[in-house]
Amino acid sequence: MEFLILNDMGFPILSALLFLPLVGALVVLCLPGENLAKYTTLLITIAIAGLSLPLYTKFDSTTAKYQFGEHHSWISSLNINYTLGVDGISLLLILMTTLIMPLCVLGSWRYIDKRVKEFMICLLLMEASMLGVFMSLDFVLFYILWEAMLIPMYLLILVWGGPRKIYAATKFFLYTLAGSVLLLVAIIALYLTQGTFSIPDLMGQQYSMTFQILVFIAFFLAFAIKVPMFPFHTWLPAAHVEAPTAGSVILASILLKMGTYGFLRFCLPITPDATIYFMPYILILSVVGILYGGFTALAQQDMKKLIAYSSVGHMGFVTLGIFVLNQSGIEGAILQMINHGVTTGALFFCVGMVYERNHSRELDKAAGLGKYMPIYVTFLTFFSLSSLAFPGTNSFVGEFMILVGSFTDHKIISAFAIPGAVLAAAYMFRMLQRVVWGRPKNPDQSGMSDLNIREIVTLSPLLYFVFWIGLSPEPFLKVLHVSVTHLISQVGVATSNVAAVSKLIIP
Amino acid sequence: MDLMLFAPELILLLGSLVLFFITTGQASGNKARAITLIITFASIVAGLSSFCMTGSLFFDAYKIDLFSQSFKIIILMGLAAVLMLGSELKDTADEIRPEYYLFLLMSVIGLVMLVSSVELLTIFIALELSSYSLYILVPMRDDRGGLRIQMESAIKYIIFGAVATGIMLFGMSYMFGLTGTTYLVDLLPRLHQLMDSPAAIFAIAMVLGGFLFKLAAFPFHSWVPDVYQGASNETTAFIASVPKVAAVALLIRITALATPDGQGIVTLLTILAICSMFYGNLVALVQTDLKRMLGFSGIAHAGYVLLGLVTLRETGYVASIYYIIGYLVMNLAGFLVICKLSQKGENLVVNDLSGLHKRSPLLALTMLVSMLSMAGIPPFVGFMGKFSLMTEAYRAGHMTLVIMAAINTAIAIYYYLSIVRITYSSTTDDRPNLSIGLTTKVLSISMILIIILLGILPEKIIQLATQAVRTIL
Repeated sequence: MEFLILNDMGFPILSALLFLPLVGALVVLCLPGENLAKYTTLLITIAIAGLSLPLYTKFDSTTAKYQFGEHHSWISSLNINYTLGVDGISLLLILMTTLIMPLCVLGSWRYIDKRVKEFMICLLLMEASMLGVFMSLDFVLFYILWEAMLIPMYLLILVWGGPRKIYAATKFFLYTLAGSVLLLVAIIALYLTQGTFSIPDLMGQQYSMTFQILVFIAFFLAFAIKVPMFPFHTWLPAAHVEAPTAGSVILASILLKMGTYGFLRFCLPITPDATIYFMPYILILSVVGILYGGFTALAQQDMKKLIAYSSVGHMGFVTLGIFVLNQSGIEGAILQMINHGVTTGALFFCVGMVYERNHSRELDKAAGLGKYMPIYVTFLTFFSLSSLAFPGTNSFVGEFMILVGSFTDHKIISAFAIPGAVLAAAYMFRMLQRVVWGRPKNPDQSGMSDLNIREIVTLSPLLYFVFWIGLSPEPFLKVLHVSVTHLISQVGVATSNVAAVSKLIIP
Repeated sequence: MDLMLFAPELILLLGSLVLFFITTGQASGNKARAITLIITFASIVAGLSSFCMTGSLFFDAYKIDLFSQSFKIIILMGLAAVLMLGSELKDTADEIRPEYYLFLLMSVIGLVMLVSSVELLTIFIALELSSYSLYILVPMRDDRGGLRIQMESAIKYIIFGAVATGIMLFGMSYMFGLTGTTYLVDLLPRLHQLMDSPAAIFAIAMVLGGFLFKLAAFPFHSWVPDVYQGASNETTAFIASVPKVAAVALLIRITALATPDGQGIVTLLTILAICSMFYGNLVALVQTDLKRMLGFSGIAHAGYVLLGLVTLRETGYVASIYYIIGYLVMNLAGFLVICKLSQKGENLVVNDLSGLHKRSPLLALTMLVSMLSMAGIPPFVGFMGKFSLMTEAYRAGHMTLVIMAAINTAIAIYYYLSIVRITYSSTTDDRPNLSIGLTTKVLSISMILIIILLGILPEKIIQLATQAVRTIL
C-alpha cells in the first residue's frame, strides 16, 4: 500500500463523492413532481461540486502518490478491493466532472420536457460512475463503473434523443461494449500473473514482450474506441447528434476523456515496452485523426456534427501528446483534455440553445443570429476562438505544449499536425461567420430571443475557465507535474533503447 | 433426527398427496395454488432448519449435506417465485389447474431429491420423476388456433428426453461394469485409476449427457426452442430456470468423478461450451418470438456455466454455482415481465414490448435489469458471474475458451439490447397502461434488488458455495 496516502480529512471524501449522486438518485426517485426533481438534482450536483473543492486545496502536488486514499476489502476470495485515490492525472478530470454536471442540469432545464425525473436520475447515475472511473485504483471496481456507465448514457440517448436516436444509441452501446470485452480478459490475465487487481501494484512489473503486446492491444481497443481515435470514431457523430444537449456535453466533456485517461493510467505504466513498440503507429493514427476530423468538420451543415468531428481532431492532439512520451507532451495532453471538456461542452450548450429556439441544428437556419442575439454570439465567438486554439484562450496553452513536446522528438510527424490547427480555424470561422452575420439573404431571425439569465449562468463558468487557463495555466499545471514525471519514469525504463527503434520507422 | 433430515422432502410429498385429493374434487385453481405456495414455504422453512445438518439415508443412497440443502432451498425459492409470478395461469383451463400444480410440485420433488442423491439408480429415479412431470406440464395449455402446437412440443420434449435418458443409462451401465458399484463415493477412487481408459471417459461423458439435456447445452439443446414456444409462459418460466439449478448440482457431482486429471472430459466439455455459446447466441440474434429468443440465450448460458466445470477445481465449481443462481433470478425476472405482459397467456413477440416504459415503468425496468444482467453488464449479477467464471477458466489455463466467451458476450449484447431498445423506445402507441398488482410490484423490486446485490456483494454466497462444494469433493 505504499502507493496510497490514506485520507486524513476526518471523513471519506472520495466515497462521499461517489455515493452522494447515488443517494441523490434515490431521493429524486422518491420525490413527487418534476420541478422538485430539477431543483433537487441541481442542489445535489452543486453540493458535489462544492464537496470536490477540498480535493484541490488539500492536494499535495509534491508527491506522485495517490492521495485521499481509501482502502477496504470487498471480495476477498478474488482479492478484489475497494480502493480509491487521486493523483495529479485524475484530479483535474474529477474537478471538471463535478463542474460540468450542475451546468448540464441547468442546460436541460427547459430542453427536457418529458420524463424529467428519470432524466435527472440518469444524470446522477452518470456522475457517480464517471467520478468512480477516475477515482478507482482497483481494476474490477474500475471495470464495473466503466461498463455500468453505458446503461444511463444509453437511456439518455434512447429516450430523450433526436429522430435517429435508436440507431445512435445502439451503435454507441455496441461499439463501446465490444471494445471493452477484451479489456476484461486482459484484466483477468494481469490478475493471474500478479495475483492482484490493484492498478498501482500492476504497474512497473516485468511482463514478457508478447504478454505486454497482447494486453496493450486489448487496452488499446477499449480506450481507442472511447476516445475515439481515427478508425474507431464512427459512433461519435451519430451519438453526439442524436443525444440531448446534456448528453452531448457529458459525452464530449467527460466520456471521451476516459479513453485518454485509460491510456495514461493503464497503457503507459502497465505495458511500457508495448507502448514504445506501438508508439509510431499511434502517432500516425493521431495525426490522421487530426486531419480527418478537420476536413470532415469543414464540410458539415449540422452544427452538432461539426463540433463532433472537431472533437475527433482535438482528441487526436491529445493522443499525439500522450504518445510522444515526454513531459511537455503529456502535460499538454492532460491540460488539453480539460480544455476540450470546457470548450466543447460549452459549444454543445450553445448549439443546444439555438435548437431550443428554432428546433434545428442546421447551420443555414441559424444564419445571421448576431443581430438578434448579441449576448449569445459573444459567448459563441469566445468559445469558437478557444476551440481553434487562439492565443489567450485555454486550448492555445494545451496545443502549444503538445506541439512543443512532439517537435522535440518527432519533427516530421508533428509538421503534419500543424495543418490541423489551420483547419480548426477554417471550420470554426466558417461556422462563426455564418451564425453571426450569415449571407445577404438570411432566414428571418427576428423572433429569436437572446439568452436568459439561466443560460448566461450556464455558460459563464465555462468562459471563466477558458480565460483562466488561457492566461494563467500555472495553477493547473503545477498539480500535474510530479505525477507526470513519475509516469514518464515508469515508461522510461526502456525508453532509451527503444526510442532508437521508433526513429527507424518515423523520423 | 432422520425425520428432520428428510423433512423438506416429506412436506413436499405429503403436500402432493393433499393436492392429489384436491384434484379428485372440484377445487379451483386459486385454492390449489395457495396450497402449493404454503407447502413450498413450509418446505423452505424445514430446509432452513435442517440447513447445517449432515447425514445419509436409505442405505447411503441419499445424502444430506450443506451442498444438497443449499441447492434445495434455492430450488424451492425458485418454485415460490414461479408460483407467484404465474399467479393467474392465464393459458390453462381452470378445471386442470389443480393437476397443473400437482405435477409442478412432483417435478420439484424430483429435483429436490436429485441434489441429494449420491447413487446412480437414485439419481436416475429422481431425475425421471422430475422429467416426466415436466413432460405432462407442457401440453397443459389451451389450444390456440387449432395447431396443437403444445402437443407437438410435448412430444418433442418427451422423445428428446427419452433419448437423453437412454444415453445416460447406457453410461451408467458402463460405470457399473467398470467399477462394480453404483455409489458415487466408491465410484470416485475406482474411476480415478481407470481415467486413462476410453471406457471410463465414455461412461462419464454419457452420464453427463443426461444433465446437459436438462441444462440445455449443445448437443442436447434441440428441444429448447420448440418447448419454450409451445409451453405456456408460466411453464416455460419454470423449465427455463429451476431444473437448470439441479442440473448444475449434478453436473458438478459427475464432473467431480473426473477430478483432477480427466483430460478427455475437459476437452469434451470445452468443445461443448464453445459450441453452446456460439450456437445459442448466433441463433438468438434472428429470433422474434421472445420465449424462443430466451431459449437460445439459455443454451448460450449453459455454455458459460460449463466454463466453471472445465476447470475441474473447487473454485471453478463455485463460480458455476454462483452463476446459475444469478441466472435463476435474472431469468425469472425476465419471465415475470413476459407473464404479466401477456394478456391472455399468448406468446409474445419482441415488438409486443414496445412502449412498455410508458405503460408500466416498473416492468420495463425489470426487463432492462434482467436483460442487461444476462448480457453481463455490471453492476448486475450476470457480470460478476461471468467475470468469476472467466477468471477461474483462465486460471486453469483455458485462455482460448475465455476469449471465446468474451467474444460471445459481445455478440449476445445485440439481442439483449434490442429487447431493451424496444422496451424503452416507442413512438406512437395506443395500447392501454398495464396495471400490476402489489405482489408483482414487490416481486419485481425484490428481484431487481437481488440481481444488483448479488452482483456487488457476492462474498457471502461465494463463501457458502465454497463450503458446499467442499462437502462433495
